[in-house]
Amino acid sequence: MFIVIAFMILGVVTGYIFRNKKMGNISKIITVIIWVLLFLLGVEVGTNPEIIAGLGTIGVEALIITIAAVLGSAIMALLLWRYIKKSKK
Amino acid sequence: MKGSVIIVSFFILGALLGYHGFIPEYLIENDLSFYVLCGLMFCVGLSIGNDTKTLKSFRSLNPRFYLLPLATMVGTLAGCALIALVLHDRTIAETMAVGSGFGYYSLSSIFITEYKGAELGTIALLSNIIREIMALLFAPFLVKYFGKLAPISVGGATTMDTTLPIILKFSGKEFLVVSIFHGFILDLSVPFLVTFFCSF
Repeated sequence: MFIVIAFMILGVVTGYIFRNKKMGNISKIITVIIWVLLFLLGVEVGTNPEIIAGLGTIGVEALIITIAAVLGSAIMALLLWRYIKKSKK
Repeated sequence: MKGSVIIVSFFILGALLGYHGFIPEYLIENDLSFYVLCGLMFCVGLSIGNDTKTLKSFRSLNPRFYLLPLATMVGTLAGCALIALVLHDRTIAETMAVGSGFGYYSLSSIFITEYKGAELGTIALLSNIIREIMALLFAPFLVKYFGKLAPISVGGATTMDTTLPIILKFSGKEFLVVSIFHGFILDLSVPFLVTFFCSF
């Protein structure tokens, strides 16, 4: 499971070693790989009848989780904002 | 926004082709996506390590704002943990793994699919797309009721690219470096946190 993260760290180190070389194409490569992987995720969803049947429920669950995540982060941002404003005075 | 539409189109195209049986078996029954994912993460790492300019700009930041990425993580994960008590189908670790995407829907959905299967992966995809859309649509409302840092917090990992223009418009131009710093740290945290919560 951590192999994927090891690849990222390897990338960071390699990128830093070659920091004086411009890597203009790297973001294009990333975009294309993301297209491929999301296409494959789509295929996996499309060939799985259970997921297709549950798409409605999945959507509602996703929405509920997101509202919780958004509210939680907004509340923490408000607390930090008040703290920063108070300590500036 | 255009980039997001293209990405989602690829997902829908894959789903339609898969549903109608146009995809050969060998494409589904192997670890292809895992190897592609390793390649992707290597490239993501390369782009981070190569970009010393962004790293240098963080030195000009007021140290108090270093706390913002932490606030976003704590708030998001606490919200997700609490909501798991309501969603009986989902465990706390699952909702927290979905929340750990912080709006980075492409990467988080790919990771979660790899570790937990396509169902939770699809929830992660939808949830994190919705998060980005909410950050874009509700920025003025968030500034009004939750202060100027709230659009950045809600924007999550997207605040260094897709939601940056909206944040600068509604929170103010002085939030440029904070917003990029916040997006940078959350971007980096996604693979670690998602992997962590998927390991339960």
